[in-house]
Amino acid sequence: MSTPTLKQAPLNENTRVMGVGAYRPDVIVTNEDVCQWIDSSDEWIRQRTGIITRHRAPADVSVIDMAEGASREALQKAGVEASELGAVIVSTVTHPYATPSAAASLADRLGATPAPAFDISAACAGYCYGIAQADALVRSGAAKYVLVVGAEKLSDVIDNTERTISFLLGDGAGAVVIGPSDTPGIGPSVWGSDGSKWDAIGMTHSMLDIRDFAAGKRDSALSEGEAAATEAALWPTLRQDGQTVFRWAVWEMAKMAQQALDAAGVTAEDLAAFIPHQANMRIIDEMAKKLKLPESVKIARDIAEAGNTSAASIPLATHRLLQENPELSGGLALQIGFGAGLVFGAQVIVLP
Amino acid sequence: MASNEEILAGLAEIVNEETGLAPEAVELDKSFTEDLDIDSISMMTIVVNAEEKFGVRIPDEEVKNLKTVGDAVSFIANAQA
Repeated sequence: MSTPTLKQAPLNENTRVMGVGAYRPDVIVTNEDVCQWIDSSDEWIRQRTGIITRHRAPADVSVIDMAEGASREALQKAGVEASELGAVIVSTVTHPYATPSAAASLADRLGATPAPAFDISAACAGYCYGIAQADALVRSGAAKYVLVVGAEKLSDVIDNTERTISFLLGDGAGAVVIGPSDTPGIGPSVWGSDGSKWDAIGMTHSMLDIRDFAAGKRDSALSEGEAAATEAALWPTLRQDGQTVFRWAVWEMAKMAQQALDAAGVTAEDLAAFIPHQANMRIIDEMAKKLKLPESVKIARDIAEAGNTSAASIPLATHRLLQENPELSGGLALQIGFGAGLVFGAQVIVLP
Repeated sequence: MASNEEILAGLAEIVNEETGLAPEAVELDKSFTEDLDIDSISMMTIVVNAEEKFGVRIPDEEVKNLKTVGDAVSFIANAQA
């Protein structure tokens, strides 16, 4: 008997970003607010980071709530029904359950069940990792439409009194729908990792530290007050080695951004917009210099108002850029995410 | 191999581009933070650009030892040697 020939999924040649949605939570945290927690000034913060305000979510708004808000707008803008989604991807590091995923719940809320759904843990590169995945899924024929969401509630994992990163961070969600296209709409992904710098950005503690403390492995010499303080201090919060990260971001990431341009077969002169992860205005400015972007390229500076929202920052910045400059639609944008891991991802896309 | 004078001139150019300070103000005995008022982020930008210009590697842990312009010139000269 001859072996039957398998059928494989038919390929799609091209993909594109079809629509962008955003969710910005209501609470506005100003630099004056921040200065109640750390010894600093509005001027110092603006000069070092370019940040004026950040949005933060109240206690009753979750990562999934914000993801849902952004996703509904993205689906509507893309003209795609949730039931047509072939996959739902949420990039986040602040969904407070190791399992189940935020994506499975989001898919259910949207009415996308039984679409495959999963989270990506790639910090500030999470959105670009999601785009790399979605592009591959659609082109391979594994899915027709894929929802990619970057959603973060970083306010749950910060210590307002520390100075390396907390004052930069905000909450929010951005979402896009990726689908097939007649013309090329997403250039090759340039993505990767450098785990040798695993310690450069990350959490102060592992979950196991909390478990061990709670299990009574506390130092019996601690008074009740000290024990409570220790327990609170064990809650994992973010830290970074700012100098190492700044250097890596400016120096190595400008090279990766250039590689993404080269891989897409375009130059800086061809771009309509540059949408880097909104980590710090100084990183954004320095990358733009290194890439020798012409004046005509619009640079996303959502960070001034939104702070650094990790995986949500690029889709949020894209959303604002298109809202304020609708003429950019159809133009080329270079996007690059980079962060804890360390990890990075970059693509040139056609703006929806 | 650049001479110390050439390294100083090159550094002054980098500092000027980052901060707008006149190149003549960048003298060997000047402290980056105290005298030239250069913050940590500008310092990293200067370090990255100096690495590129002089073809040397300045490790992160070394940066905090570069207190004066002269420290930086000596480090770069030694690294090039």
